[in-house]
Amino acid sequence: MDLSLTAVELGKKIKNKEISVVEAVTAYLDSMDAKEKDINAFITIDREGALKRAEKVQKLIDEGTLTGPLAGVPVAIKDNMCVDGMLTTCSSKILGNFKPTYTATAVEKLEAAGAIIVGKTNMDEFAMGSTTETSYYGATKNPWDLSRVPGGSSGGSAAAVSAEEVPYALGSDTGGSIRQPAGFCGVTGIKPTYGRVSRYGLIAYGSSLDQIGPLAKDVTDCATVLEVICGKDDKDSTSVEELGADFTSALVDDVKGMKIGIPKDYFGEGLDPEVKEAVMTAAKTLEAKGAILEEFDLSLVEYAIPAYYIIASAEASSNLERFDGVKYGYRTEQFRDLHNMYKKTRSEGFGAEVKRRIMLGSFVLSSGYYDAYYMKALRTKAMIKKAFDRAFEKYDVILGPVAPTTALKLGESLNDPIKMYLGDIYTVSVNLAGIPGISLPCGYDSKGLPIGLQLLGKHFDEKSIIRAAFSFEQTRPYKRPEYAVERGQKHA
Amino acid sequence: MHKAYETVIGLEVHVELATKTKIFCGCSTEFGGAPNTHTCPVCTGMPGSLPVLNKDVVNKAIAVGLATNCTITQNCKFDRKNYFYPDNPQNYQISQLYYPICRDGKVEIEVNGEKKWIGIHEIHMEEDAGKLVHDACTDGSLVDYNRSGVPLIEIVSEPDMRSAEEVMAYLDKLRTTIQYLGASDCKLNEGSMRADVNLSVREIGAMEYGTRTEMKNLNSFKAIARAIENERERQIALLESGQEVVQETRRWDDTKEYSYAMRSKEDAQDYRYFPDPDLVPIIISDEWLEDIRAKQPEFREEKKARYQKDFGLPEYDADILTGTKKLADIFEETIALDANPKKVSNWLMVETMRLLKENEMEPEDIRFSAKNLAKLIQLTDSQAINSTVAKEVFEKIFAEDIDPDKYVEEKGLKTVNDEGALRATVEQVIAENPQSVEDYRNGKEKAIGFLVGQTMKAMKGKANPGMVNQILKELL
Repeated sequence: MDLSLTAVELGKKIKNKEISVVEAVTAYLDSMDAKEKDINAFITIDREGALKRAEKVQKLIDEGTLTGPLAGVPVAIKDNMCVDGMLTTCSSKILGNFKPTYTATAVEKLEAAGAIIVGKTNMDEFAMGSTTETSYYGATKNPWDLSRVPGGSSGGSAAAVSAEEVPYALGSDTGGSIRQPAGFCGVTGIKPTYGRVSRYGLIAYGSSLDQIGPLAKDVTDCATVLEVICGKDDKDSTSVEELGADFTSALVDDVKGMKIGIPKDYFGEGLDPEVKEAVMTAAKTLEAKGAILEEFDLSLVEYAIPAYYIIASAEASSNLERFDGVKYGYRTEQFRDLHNMYKKTRSEGFGAEVKRRIMLGSFVLSSGYYDAYYMKALRTKAMIKKAFDRAFEKYDVILGPVAPTTALKLGESLNDPIKMYLGDIYTVSVNLAGIPGISLPCGYDSKGLPIGLQLLGKHFDEKSIIRAAFSFEQTRPYKRPEYAVERGQKHA
Repeated sequence: MHKAYETVIGLEVHVELATKTKIFCGCSTEFGGAPNTHTCPVCTGMPGSLPVLNKDVVNKAIAVGLATNCTITQNCKFDRKNYFYPDNPQNYQISQLYYPICRDGKVEIEVNGEKKWIGIHEIHMEEDAGKLVHDACTDGSLVDYNRSGVPLIEIVSEPDMRSAEEVMAYLDKLRTTIQYLGASDCKLNEGSMRADVNLSVREIGAMEYGTRTEMKNLNSFKAIARAIENERERQIALLESGQEVVQETRRWDDTKEYSYAMRSKEDAQDYRYFPDPDLVPIIISDEWLEDIRAKQPEFREEKKARYQKDFGLPEYDADILTGTKKLADIFEETIALDANPKKVSNWLMVETMRLLKENEMEPEDIRFSAKNLAKLIQLTDSQAINSTVAKEVFEKIFAEDIDPDKYVEEKGLKTVNDEGALRATVEQVIAENPQSVEDYRNGKEKAIGFLVGQTMKAMKGKANPGMVNQILKELL
């Protein structure tokens, strides 16, 4: 079987009986077996469950019950989304034995559409990080260069798609965790508008910023998946029912007259010249297709990172309080009393980056500091949102880089958290504003590493960025990493 | 020599709202139930679960706020109160700090004929915690999350009370108001109403408040009164001996009648309150408010006036009957079945009160139905049973809510009105008690009472007492 198929292409072949669901699932499971010792994209692989489900889904397709584009197509789920009965660790020691009794709404919707969950992907511990190196279960490697990080925190999902271990995956994005690894791994990912996809069953990092979204080989797959997982959920009060959720209708190669804003502040100091060139070339490509480009000052860009780290850490410090050794997960072996049990369990169960953010978040929420930090960060968040609202009065789409650089070497940023935080400069403000963003490959640097292009839209206008991304994608076909090409051939 | 001190008291009252389901999930709020059977991923704080607000909680909180003359915060929010304890599954409690749903209210109380307004600082909504149970087998603790997520409101008063009597009157006012609203049953002993007392003392005439303490674990009105008295004395003794009152939280032990310090202000935790990002702001429209306002019931004061005016009940009776919603409900349901209001009131005021006291029950515990009380009154009205039998039957109604018609029939308790049968029995009693007959004839009027009693006894209490009297006088 051709592992380079997109999810939608594979879905068609399954529908046309060219490939059976079991065949497809087996091919990807074998692909994982062959590549996982290199890539480490997965924490859990459910071979038995996936094959069993493949047979069931095949029957439903044959009966005509399942007719959607994703029926029978395998998928990987980031390990911070609950799947009933399946280990869900958040890449943390503290949830090393946690099997939920319920399934995240987004995953449930995929299952209802006939998706086959083949496994749970690696990530930065509790989604805190931009490299997937903070995982308790080891770093994931970038299929484009095994000595490099895949980005993060959805690095496992991005690498798994890039290495062709799955046709598509779900990730989550709190400050760039879908878009940045998509960029580093040369795949496409969407962070939807806040509220577009239910967060029920997503183990929270920064609740007011978290969104689930797809990672896949192309824009068509992403739009198709998003169409399935979106919608108001009675179990998540922050989810909303909005019009304009027919994303696949925006898969149109036409940007004539589309107004694209290019924030000058996104092309200043710190941006790798090769990344800058590729992104500007992408802009020119869209211009050549009829889009109208204009540079503008977005402003407030330098405040996005401090505001983001204060808000996300504050929420995380509270969200992660429930991991205490009392009800589930890891509990320290020896302790004197309750307080000592809490302390030892959490000291032993959480990694360094998680502890750093819990401490930061607890500090900014403590009395006497709340107004100076947390409230100020919330005001900054509101101002950033306003700045985007103003920009979207003039532009349909905002275009810029996903990250200042291409994929870093393993270990390069781990010892310098500030450097890692600064790498989030182009992504975090999108979460603060709650707007949608798409990341797709737009070129390669001199090392042959993929460069990501980011397109941003106004609230609930994913369709504009899908249309712009799809139009751009038509000018340059999907490129597979050498690793996948070689391994794909060997395996075939 | 003692200076003259004034006690300054403010109350924090927690009330469990009588909603069918919990505040943030669909689990039942029913009391009891095997441990952890009324639970789900949300109320056990499982990872990835999210709270969704139960609108009925907001309705009830607004109703209480309106009844206590509060301003309703039409754009209010929930905040997280962070603290680690195993009964709190998320290790934060969802509560309201920055924008509580009700503010600036007041209620009127009356003590010894004097009326006074007590200010309400705020009312906020929050979730209850689970319950820790000590397990003797393992010497460990077990936790039951059935109560976790049961909706609460906390009513915070201003420091406007000056005596235990005022506190009792205030609590009683809150309790009846909330019961009338059907917002809670307000049972202190079952924990559906709990009060923490903030108390300080100061010299009479002083402008500044003294340092206050907060007293917890007060499970009855009596315990509250005792704790207030005890704490007032403790603080005065400290001041008199030149010491200072320490701002702290104390726990009342009602069996030993003393309190001990739980934690001082220095140990006070920083709860790191912040708005809960999982819940959206609650926007309360004018229409929503008006809808609740229109559905507010008749409250105690109005009811009491109506009972006096429409049914001619004395003020004292009207006051008792309206003192709890349960009594008022039974009263009104019974008269709706065409029973005479004064007779219904009489049954409730005398026999019901007596039985409640004997059984150490509260009016809320009453289980008998208006229908059976109405039937009983009908039986006495038609002289089918006499008053002695009626009391006996009422005890059965009170205990088991039996149908008095059937019961009287089955037990053969109908009054004997058959003159022939009565005359025969009276004749026999006269024959058996010559001494009493002699006494009566010698002018001892009281002796006839004994003879009536003997006749009733012989007829197992079922004789028509009027007829017995008449026949006796005739034969003597």
